[in-house]
Amino acid sequence: MAQIFDRRANTLVRLTLFVGVPLVLAILGGIWYLFGWSDWHRDVGVPVAQPGGGFNHQLHVGLKLDCRYCHNAVEVSSSANVPPTETCMGCHSQILTQSEKLAFVRESWETNTPIQWNRVHDLPKFVYFNHSLHVAKGVGCSTCHGNIAAMPVVAKSKALFMSWCLDCHRNPEQYVRPRDQIYNTAWTPPADQLAQGKKLVEEYRIRSADQLTNCAICHR
Amino acid sequence: MQSSPIDKPAVVETTDAFLGPKQTLASVTAKIGDIVLTPLRKTPFGWPIGFVVAAIGLLVYLYSLVVLFTVGVGIWGINIPVAWGFDIINFVWWIGIGHAGTLISAILLLFRQDWRTSINRAAEAMTIFAVACAGIYPLIHTGRPWLDYWLLPYPGTLGMWPQFRSPLEWDVFAVSTYATVSVLFWFVGLVPDLASLRDRATNIWVKRFYGLLSLGWRGGARDWNRYEMASLILAGLSTPLVLSVHSIISFDFAVSQLPGWHVTVFPPYFVAGAVYCGFAMVINLLVPIRRWYGLHSLITMKHFDLMGQVMLASGLVVAYGYVSEMFYAWYSANIYEYFMIVNRTAGPYAWSYWALIIFNIVIPQLLWFKRFRTNIPILFLISICINIGMWFERWVIVVLSLHRDFLPSSWGSYTPSVWDWTTYISSFGLFFFLFFLFVRLLPMISMFEVRDLVHKMSGKHGAAPTGPSHGGEA
Repeated sequence: MAQIFDRRANTLVRLTLFVGVPLVLAILGGIWYLFGWSDWHRDVGVPVAQPGGGFNHQLHVGLKLDCRYCHNAVEVSSSANVPPTETCMGCHSQILTQSEKLAFVRESWETNTPIQWNRVHDLPKFVYFNHSLHVAKGVGCSTCHGNIAAMPVVAKSKALFMSWCLDCHRNPEQYVRPRDQIYNTAWTPPADQLAQGKKLVEEYRIRSADQLTNCAICHR
Repeated sequence: MQSSPIDKPAVVETTDAFLGPKQTLASVTAKIGDIVLTPLRKTPFGWPIGFVVAAIGLLVYLYSLVVLFTVGVGIWGINIPVAWGFDIINFVWWIGIGHAGTLISAILLLFRQDWRTSINRAAEAMTIFAVACAGIYPLIHTGRPWLDYWLLPYPGTLGMWPQFRSPLEWDVFAVSTYATVSVLFWFVGLVPDLASLRDRATNIWVKRFYGLLSLGWRGGARDWNRYEMASLILAGLSTPLVLSVHSIISFDFAVSQLPGWHVTVFPPYFVAGAVYCGFAMVINLLVPIRRWYGLHSLITMKHFDLMGQVMLASGLVVAYGYVSEMFYAWYSANIYEYFMIVNRTAGPYAWSYWALIIFNIVIPQLLWFKRFRTNIPILFLISICINIGMWFERWVIVVLSLHRDFLPSSWGSYTPSVWDWTTYISSFGLFFFLFFLFVRLLPMISMFEVRDLVHKMSGKHGAAPTGPSHGGEA
């Protein structure tokens, strides 16, 4: 009886089964894995365009403007607050009153229509995040938002993965800082951060990892 | 083929043996193998009709899923408090059906029951297709099936594992293990037969198709030795699965505190129910196939008789489950458990509870009599009743327990929507689409095992083993 397959058939089948299929799966899995973990697909470091010329954080923080001057609800509310046009005009009705760059702010003020800023850090709606609580417990702005003082146009500095939230909720001593350093955008952890952090965790009475990783802490 | 109602009088029904008279090694191979190798235009008329009907059903199924994915689970009748409806009922029902196949192929193999040989292949195919139908429901009932991979433990950006303490997570592993082992077991058992088909085929492409699938089987002693080892190991792996899969599915309910779910009898009662409706489905599938393809000498009355006995036994275990639920309600002196039974037997859905009792307990008592076990039309009808009854059992467990639990203020009702019905009924389309393909492309009865049976029984019935010995002739 004539052969159905030629000599190479066995090798071909073995190659397919033991090399080809695992290789294809590994490549597809690898792409999926790397893509999932990439900052790139979360737009980290990509400046978000804003109406008008936008608000230059680098310039204003450089002028020693405190974060809380505009984000005035950060210590008392879940939302840090994006300021209304009136906050801008508090200064700019006196300073740079004729500036071309501020025309869109004056227009907003004159026509009584809010400026529609674009959100940079957009958490999913099923995540409950409270700014005031984090600030009170020693989490500084720059821990999550990066060094805003160096950003003319603000970009995300973290990918906001859930694992990133949990990293701090499991071991907050890695990140907490003294209360007087919360709004210091250039703060860097000291060499003995873990020892300092442990003390602060106790002082701030930050709850145990068991409680902080309960689903209902963030998903209510 | 030569089967049609016309030549029915010529059929000799065998009631005392697993093979009809005058079967030889060659006749068995020819009878089963030729079903597959016959050109399409010469297959019995039932096949193309059934296949097209099943394909239309499959299209309805796909359409229902597309609507579900674009609109969401709101198209179903589920709502709080009945958040589990047809989706979970159908899941449990389908996966239960699969259990008979595994029981026949694994447990009966380990117990060396010869009567499994003629029915194990089709029953295993039924298992795999039923598991496929079942597995889809939990995946789609999440409402966001594109995120179903969250169920798997993988190092993702969530930074956490699935909830390993939840029986719903155990389900993921139970069902996927079950599907994997069933497919492997089925395929390993097919290899010697695929080799026979390769050797019997005349068309070179058909030869290549079966040749590729038969993994270079030659029928030598070494091949058989390995085959026996592999099939024994897989039978050993499958055997605990018969018990574990449906036990774990019963935990989905039993681990909760809901009256009607929180019962310790659930695991054995679920397993027995699974075997019960699985055997009923095997009968529902084999009766028409046997008739269309004229397999009366391979699937004999004795097979149906024994399957009827298995159904009777497992049905009585199920009946014990119902009785014990009643007993618990009374003996626990728990008002919620007690109310659950009152609500089942006299509440707004009492009709479904009594339908369950009639279909699942009353009618199948006919199986006590051999007269009914060996009467094909009656056995077929009883099997359909059991399948309906077992579906009602899951309905009673899921809906009747959920709709009235502890606080009357949170009671509600459940009415399945049109989409509930289409996703249920058209899942038969998927099942039968796969089953018709199986009947056409693969030998639906294990040829080499039946040949083995012919050889063993040749002394008793005087059938001369004249054909080629089992395995490929290459």
